Amino acid sequence: MTYRWNWSVLVTEPYLGWLLSGLTWTLLVAGTAWIVALLIGTGVGILRTLPSRTARALGTVYVEIFRNIPLLLQLFLWYFVIPELLPAEIGRWIKRDLPMPEFWTAALGLGLFTAARIAEQVRAGIEAVGRGQAMAAAASGLSTAQAYRHVLLPIAARNVLPPLTSEFLNIVKNSSLALTIGVLELTGQSRQIESNTFQGIEAFTAATLIYVLLTMLVIAAMRTVERATAIPGILARA
Amino acid sequence: MHAFDIDAVRLALPFLWSGMITSLTLLAIAMTGGILLGTVIAMLRLSAPRAVAAIAAGYVNGLRSVPLIMVIFWFYLLVPLIIGRPVGAFVSAVIAFTLFEAAYYSEIIRAGIQGVSRGQMAAAQAAGLSRLQAYRLVVLPQAFRRMTPILLTQSIALFQDTSLVYVIGLHDFMTAASITANREGRLIELYLFAAAIYLGLCLAASQLVQALKRRMATS
Amino acid sequence: MTAPFPQSRLKGTAMPRTGPETASPIIAIDDLSKAYGSLQVLKNCTTSVARGEVVVVCGPSGSGKSTLIKCVNGLEPFQSGSISVEGLSVGDRKTDLTRLRSRIGMVFQHFELYPHLTVRDNITLAPRHVLRRSRDEAIDKAEALLARVGLADKADRFPGQLSGGQQQRVAIARALAMDPVAMLFDEPTSALDPEMINEVLDVMTELAADGMTMMVVTHEMGFARRVAHRVLFMDGGQILEEAPTAAFFEAPRTDRARSFLSKILQH
Repeated sequence: MTYRWNWSVLVTEPYLGWLLSGLTWTLLVAGTAWIVALLIGTGVGILRTLPSRTARALGTVYVEIFRNIPLLLQLFLWYFVIPELLPAEIGRWIKRDLPMPEFWTAALGLGLFTAARIAEQVRAGIEAVGRGQAMAAAASGLSTAQAYRHVLLPIAARNVLPPLTSEFLNIVKNSSLALTIGVLELTGQSRQIESNTFQGIEAFTAATLIYVLLTMLVIAAMRTVERATAIPGILARA
Repeated sequence: MHAFDIDAVRLALPFLWSGMITSLTLLAIAMTGGILLGTVIAMLRLSAPRAVAAIAAGYVNGLRSVPLIMVIFWFYLLVPLIIGRPVGAFVSAVIAFTLFEAAYYSEIIRAGIQGVSRGQMAAAQAAGLSRLQAYRLVVLPQAFRRMTPILLTQSIALFQDTSLVYVIGLHDFMTAASITANREGRLIELYLFAAAIYLGLCLAASQLVQALKRRMATS
Repeated sequence: MTAPFPQSRLKGTAMPRTGPETASPIIAIDDLSKAYGSLQVLKNCTTSVARGEVVVVCGPSGSGKSTLIKCVNGLEPFQSGSISVEGLSVGDRKTDLTRLRSRIGMVFQHFELYPHLTVRDNITLAPRHVLRRSRDEAIDKAEALLARVGLADKADRFPGQLSGGQQQRVAIARALAMDPVAMLFDEPTSALDPEMINEVLDVMTELAADGMTMMVVTHEMGFARRVAHRVLFMDGGQILEEAPTAAFFEAPRTDRARSFLSKILQH
């Protein structure tokens, strides 16, 4: 088999437009999922550190379920199964009236999946603050909620930044699974170009380079955040 | 809501089972190959001449910034081109997973090796062992003992990732469930069944890893 | 700016060192026992601390002394016996623990300053959010207290930028900002380099001279001899000896206390 190179395909319309639209959808899916993951992940992570046994059990159940089913299958469950199990009216609304159901399913599914991983980082971040700080807060009469708000969470947030960077990278990469339910994000578009033009190497190279670039941007951005939030007098982690 | 048709699952069991065999075979090969290759990469990054170490680092960082699906597509496209004839989805998936997972395993192994004190390497070399012998006989055994739980946890993630061969149509457990679901029009039954199986297997495996961790902590 | 302490008390030595009032104990511990699983860490401890009294708790490590004072403000749960602070029962579910804790100051072995907050914010956090004091009032008080512990110029620093001795003095100021009726000290100098121990002990000595009710777990026997009214000696989770300071040092009654003192006073 011989391969016929043609790099110009990447700057030819409509293929350049396909790549850019793919990048846009990757960013939209990853960005929306990130917001969902951060909100729910923080909540579940806090649950797992609370004094209440019920709260901790709830948190554990969430994490174990979302961590032990493949993301691809989770997306299929949200897309094909859950709408059928919901009350008929809601199911019908999702299938008929919800605009861009593939996008919302992918973003929510990816967000809920990543929330379980973020919850574990948040829990570890809170536990790393230490019993001493929690005791000091309690000893001065702060309520549990006040101790979390003013002492534990601000410190934990800084502990959690480095692992959150890699979770953010994961969410960008995992957004490629959206193609399995029909969102033509970056990977999907490069695949599309391949089957239209048979210039797979060129198309995949372009997509791969964009992913590498995104990774570098995310790392640089998170470094900036880490530096900006570093606590004076404490050495930032290398 | 329609009635839950357990027969749809029961009739598909042989097909699903053959899919599970494919998943587990892929897991076994990618895990073995990935850990072996990952060890080599980790050692190169830590002890090879600077240029070689930089190439190894580039390999790891490059693969870690690209989605697994992209890598699967790459090898599905490239392997036949390189070999010169069609090889089928399984071979290209095995190669993709092994090379991809090696990047992730190598990071775990590198941290594990760095966790063994420098003094151990120095002591082994002082006793006349070559650097390679020191790795094989002194450093790696200690490192692997310590990082076994993390390697196993990564392998549970790898097992879940094998479901992604769906995108190249390889009949693993996930794809078998999906094919049956669509053919029989029984999506709810098949996907819930598949979810239960994955959840059961991965939960059991991660409980075992936790137990192993506890045993290691007490001994 | 309001002075947080009457002028006469600021000098620390102005008050004569009188004995405490014995009438109403601020802290009363009665038959307290606590176990972690099968490990008994406190056994039938009974004692009390009167208003203005300074009690030093000493004993070998692992004797239960830290656990005992952490029970006083409910940081450690206990299984039997009772503790009351100003008549409020600590173990009682109906007691508002956060309110009770806001009445008692606590100083920890490892300072436990909040690393992400400036010294000023460390001190004003609880007064503002627990006592609902205004920001300005809390800041005025914090600055007066910082001056009192000799750190007036450090208000804008972060804990990580201070020495251990300075951090512990801030921690004392932080506890005092709540106007506590009593102060608990859990080995306040054990984590300090030797040259910083005295600066912390000096602040504590002044505090005692001002009439603060104090319960102090420490190995600093010189401090105990100078400042304490009474000494508790603990070993194996029990209060083995309880005596006025002079009596304890001159004639310890138990062998274990004698051997402890001979070990700790040798150097």
